[in-house]
Amino acid sequence: MRYSPPVQQFTGTREYIASPELARAVDVAVALRRPLLVKGEPGTGKTLLARDIARFFGRPLERWHVKSTTKAVDGLYHYDAVRRLHDSRFGGEVGDIARYIRLGPLGRAFRSAEPVVVLIDEIDKADLEFPNDLLHELDVMEFTIMETNETVTAAHRPIIIITSNNEKELPDAFLRRCVFHWIDFPDRALMTRIVRVHHPDVEDQLLAGALDAFYALRGVEGLRKRPSTSELIDWIAALRHAGIDPAKLLGAGIPFLGTLLKKEQDFETVDRRLKRGAIGR
Amino acid sequence: MFLDFFYNLRGRGLKVTTHNWLALIEGLGRGLHGDTLGGFYQLARCVLITSEADYDEFDRAFAETFRGVPDHTRAVLDHLGAWLSDPARLLHLAPELREALQSLDLDELRRQFQERLAEQKERHDRGSRWIGTGGTSPFGSGGAHPTGLRVGGGGGRSALAVAEQRRYREHRRDLVLDTRQIAAALRRIRRLSRDEGSPELDLDETIGATAKNCGDIELVMQPPRRNNLRLLLLMDVGGSMDPHADVVSRLFSAAHQGGDFRELRAYYFHNCVYGNVYEDAHFTRPVATQQLITELPPTWLLILVGDAYMHPGELMMSGGDWLMSGRGPTGLTWLARLANRFPRAAWINPEPPRLWTTGTIAEIAGVYPMFHLTLDGIDQLVQHLRRPPSPERSARVARLARVDA
Repeated sequence: MRYSPPVQQFTGTREYIASPELARAVDVAVALRRPLLVKGEPGTGKTLLARDIARFFGRPLERWHVKSTTKAVDGLYHYDAVRRLHDSRFGGEVGDIARYIRLGPLGRAFRSAEPVVVLIDEIDKADLEFPNDLLHELDVMEFTIMETNETVTAAHRPIIIITSNNEKELPDAFLRRCVFHWIDFPDRALMTRIVRVHHPDVEDQLLAGALDAFYALRGVEGLRKRPSTSELIDWIAALRHAGIDPAKLLGAGIPFLGTLLKKEQDFETVDRRLKRGAIGR
Repeated sequence: MFLDFFYNLRGRGLKVTTHNWLALIEGLGRGLHGDTLGGFYQLARCVLITSEADYDEFDRAFAETFRGVPDHTRAVLDHLGAWLSDPARLLHLAPELREALQSLDLDELRRQFQERLAEQKERHDRGSRWIGTGGTSPFGSGGAHPTGLRVGGGGGRSALAVAEQRRYREHRRDLVLDTRQIAAALRRIRRLSRDEGSPELDLDETIGATAKNCGDIELVMQPPRRNNLRLLLLMDVGGSMDPHADVVSRLFSAAHQGGDFRELRAYYFHNCVYGNVYEDAHFTRPVATQQLITELPPTWLLILVGDAYMHPGELMMSGGDWLMSGRGPTGLTWLARLANRFPRAAWINPEPPRLWTTGTIAEIAGVYPMFHLTLDGIDQLVQHLRRPPSPERSARVARLARVDA
């Protein structure tokens, strides 16, 4: 069995507060050299995690934002046949195919001389077969550029962070290779720390009032989209800017409700409850 | 205790593979659990479990197995140490697991393990863990970190208290959740093909054709890739289905909005399908069942939603249809005819599966493979519909469809 040298334990950074469970999952993924698959409600900081891990370990970050049309090979390399064709039609020198190969994020991470953090963002956006197509590359950490028959082998195994929004199920064979973590919605204590990262000098009274209102809103049944961390942070920014009195946050109308709720039906739902005085008391 | 945990997880239907179990042992060997039960809980969960839907079941298995084990002790470690050093126990393992374990360097693992235990004892005496050793030991490390947050000590609530809270109940897949999740499940039955629609550029083919054409650009077009699946949805409404109206309407809107079907036709029936189904839930606009059977090609997917629960006469006797007078084929014959025409068919039942073994539900389950109206059930349905229909069922359905025709 191979053991890699000990690594520093991940703890989050000044800008990013990680729960103990999440920090442990990162450690495990790094130590066992497996990709870390992160899922969770929107707005719980899945994408930011990779940036933060890169900062924490002092490594460069390669981002791969997956779209519905993304294919597995796009992350490895891209052969720009159109440009080569263009060059050939106008008398350029096109004998060297390698000039028309551009490496993708994963390809660059493999080629990099120093260890890299790779973010594969929203892997569930792509086709169902997409994760399966990556299995081999993630296992053996090498791939071959078909056009030039060149094999790219990773000098250092990158730390791979994968996020998913549950749009599609991921194949079992893929899941088995990952360390998995579901980011829980932060509880009040953790949320207080998170908010203080973004608003270091927020008044205690305002913060307490805002959190009361926020968790009360999240508790309202039948919301289509419950407000999340990023919305809370925006909302507190708005409250501070307008100088709202914290005591009035849950009164007749919640100020700047539009920063917290994004669906029209949700406004109606909350409005009804507020009029009945059914929220937060 | 460790094996108990493994089999407890497996016994609860969690897909814990040997592969992942070995990863857990490797993680323990490296001290990734930080010598606490809480750390072990976190380590085991992130290595063994691959979906938040399984967190709840994992919590239950964990609480059951480790109830009574004191936290912040080395009890867990000691158990693993004993387990690894006792070859007799290894004999009871499943062959695949034993084989995989033997391929590990057990001696090496054990040696490192003992070292760590010894090391840990000293640390405990001084009362400070996770202060960097800076050495080359795979178990060392930690060290001061920039923000001074305490991690790895697993402080706070004990793992058992956490596990017993069952915080992840709402993520279970055997509950019906929202429309979006049903739609995501349904989308997996899609069958993509290119046959119609306004053409789009096929870049790969264009490059190939252009190369053959000595570099003069030759455009190749093709129709876009689209889901080619057509769905016929028949829903039981009224009577015993009233309590399920909400879930059924969620299923319907999921199929309608998110299912991404090429074509979707939905009709209503009451109790059982007879000569007519209805375009509306008030049974005012009838459509002859025979017309659907004749008009729609057998490539359509057929899904019926209902509790399949009725008086036996309504299923087995001619004239069981209370909306129509006169005699005709029985409800069961109509159901079989539909199933015979559309071999890719299934029945979704909102009633729990324990009720399916008797009465009219069992009769109908003989014609249509039946699935529970939960996310799990819909997952199974999708998997079932991706496989070819079983020949025995097809033969039985064909026989039933001919009766009193």
